[in-house]
Amino acid sequence: MKIRASLAVLVFAGLSGSAIAQDPNLARNLAATCANCHGTNGHAVAEAKKLAGEPAESIIQTMAEFRSGDKPATIMHQIVKGYTEEQIELIANYFAAQE
Amino acid sequence: MLNRRDFLKSASAFAGVSAMTGLAGVANAASAANGHVVVVGGGYGGATAAKYLRMWSNGSVKVTLIERESTFISCPISNLVIGGIKDMAYITTSYDNLSSKWGIEVIHDEVVGIDVDKREIRLAKGDTVSYDRAVLSPGIDFMPDDIEGLAGNEDSIPHAWKAGAQTVILRKQLEDMPAGGVFAMHIPKVPYRCPPGPYERACLVANYLKDHKPGSKVMILDSNPEIQSKKGLFTRAYEGQYQDIIEYVPNSTLVSVDAATRTAELDFSEIKADVLNVIQPMRAGRLVDFLGVELINERWVDVDWLTMEAKGVPNIHVLGDATFPAPTMPKSGHMANQHAKVAAAAILNMLAGQAPNPTPVVMNTCYSFVDSQNVVHVASVHQYNAERQTFLPVEGAGGVSAAANRLEGGYALDWAQNIWADMLA
Ligand SMILES: Cc1cc2nc3c(=O)[nH]c(=O)nc-3n(C[C@H](O)[C@H](O)[C@H](O)COP(=O)(O)OP(=O)(O)OC[C@H]3O[C@@H](n4cnc5c(N)ncnc54)[C@H](O)[C@@H]3O)c2cc1C
Ligand code: HEC
Repeated sequence: MKIRASLAVLVFAGLSGSAIAQDPNLARNLAATCANCHGTNGHAVAEAKKLAGEPAESIIQTMAEFRSGDKPATIMHQIVKGYTEEQIELIANYFAAQE
Repeated sequence: MLNRRDFLKSASAFAGVSAMTGLAGVANAASAANGHVVVVGGGYGGATAAKYLRMWSNGSVKVTLIERESTFISCPISNLVIGGIKDMAYITTSYDNLSSKWGIEVIHDEVVGIDVDKREIRLAKGDTVSYDRAVLSPGIDFMPDDIEGLAGNEDSIPHAWKAGAQTVILRKQLEDMPAGGVFAMHIPKVPYRCPPGPYERACLVANYLKDHKPGSKVMILDSNPEIQSKKGLFTRAYEGQYQDIIEYVPNSTLVSVDAATRTAELDFSEIKADVLNVIQPMRAGRLVDFLGVELINERWVDVDWLTMEAKGVPNIHVLGDATFPAPTMPKSGHMANQHAKVAAAAILNMLAGQAPNPTPVVMNTCYSFVDSQNVVHVASVHQYNAERQTFLPVEGAGGVSAAANRLEGGYALDWAQNIWADMLA
């Protein structure tokens, strides 16, 4: 499990890092894929969990627990596996920086 | 009321438009992008694109949104209106914030022509709007002529596959149905908008009939060979709580309908219904015919997935249901919203003379109600694959609910509130 996840990161980094330059707004763009459920820039409405202003470390930690299955979930365990750990870090830092 | 010219004057008087409340709160660096983007279609794709172009450019790009309807009425959750669980007000949202908060010029009119060489869009009321780049998110249009007897009879044989007046008609027909009656629904061949939508509708209609019209039946006449989404979960509902109500008939080709008697003629049988709901065959919204390009299967627009540009048409981006999908990519509101963000990011880069983001990601979730409380989902994440130049689903990611459950009954409504806010608040 652990080995697979870091392999995925390597493959992704290989593609984005060396072959093509990373977009300056990559973190913003990736975080926008979460907005449908967690609100624009993480400012959730209704009962959804807000992500704006949450510490990056805690988002990264929670996402890792969804990935490993340690934190029970209806859907986040399936969503997190679609993103590399590097992408999750970018997303977490973006949300943490939102007021 | 400002007319359009006055509005443009006053909007440009703000220059950076930092006075706009939505933009003031965004801590974006000043954007190098300039120009005028015209978005046609204020649905899931178009409204999202319009808002994100303004938000991400910090107001430096001028955005005009052209939408024929005066308010936004959501297809997602409209099956709950048909099932008597929610009302029309719940699925209706105003476009006001897009103008007052985000500084978008919203024009309620019908586009009747696009001149891609002159970069001009013609409106039914006579105006012409020019653009640097245009975004088209027209959704779908129906092909009633494929089924004999259907064209012009949509009031007695509703599709209710665009939310609005059709939703109200179908709801009313259900209310007027006698106990012990037959509700028959026809599903067209894939691809159609919202793969799980018809199967959800069958559940919510059965849920209503069970309590209010005892002894009634729901017949699902599917032209596909099997249930197209969340098959196991829907089968469990059909064979479990709805076993005395729902009958699922695969490979049902609808040949003709008789509106006077609400009879459906299939290949080998005839079904007389009290309510006949024909979800018509569909294609990209006819707006895309103005582009003059060949459509894939004569129905869908071929796009460049890095930018959402229509292949062969400069400066035009096409989103949402109108596109020929990437592998396993569904036609959903959630996905149209994600297309919009890929397009908005690419357009702002290109207007600033930069290359588009080479590594975009999109994801999808469709929640379906099996009754008023219990919900099932299907989810997927799609990463751009540079070699194949398309989005591919990430293996091992995504999936469906283990079983219908109440927790997701709440999450599904949270999803609706958040995506509506993401587009329109
Ligand atoms: C019953 C039902 C349930 C659904 N449930 C879900 C769900 O739970 N989750 C989900 O993600 N998706 C769901 N969908 C699918 C979703 O509604 C569509 O995929 C989504 O609306 C596609 O967005 P779009 O921007 O492509 O088109 P639309 O949202 O249809 O927007 C198109 C807009 O363009 C306007 N327009 C078109 N042509 C012109 C013109 N010439 N001039 C001016 N304006 C024009 C139209 O008026 C319309 O407002 C459901 C659909 C149905 C029918
Ligand atoms: C389809 C809706 C949906 C999408 C899209 C979505 N989430 Fe979630 N999120 C949920 C739900 C529902 C929960 C509650 C846990 C569960 O049942 O899965 C949740 C919980 C979380 C939590 C835990 C919050 C807490 O305080 O307990 C985090 C962190 C999170 N999501 C981050 C993300 C990130 C980052 C993304 C984008 C990559 C994302 N989510 C995309 C629906 C979504």
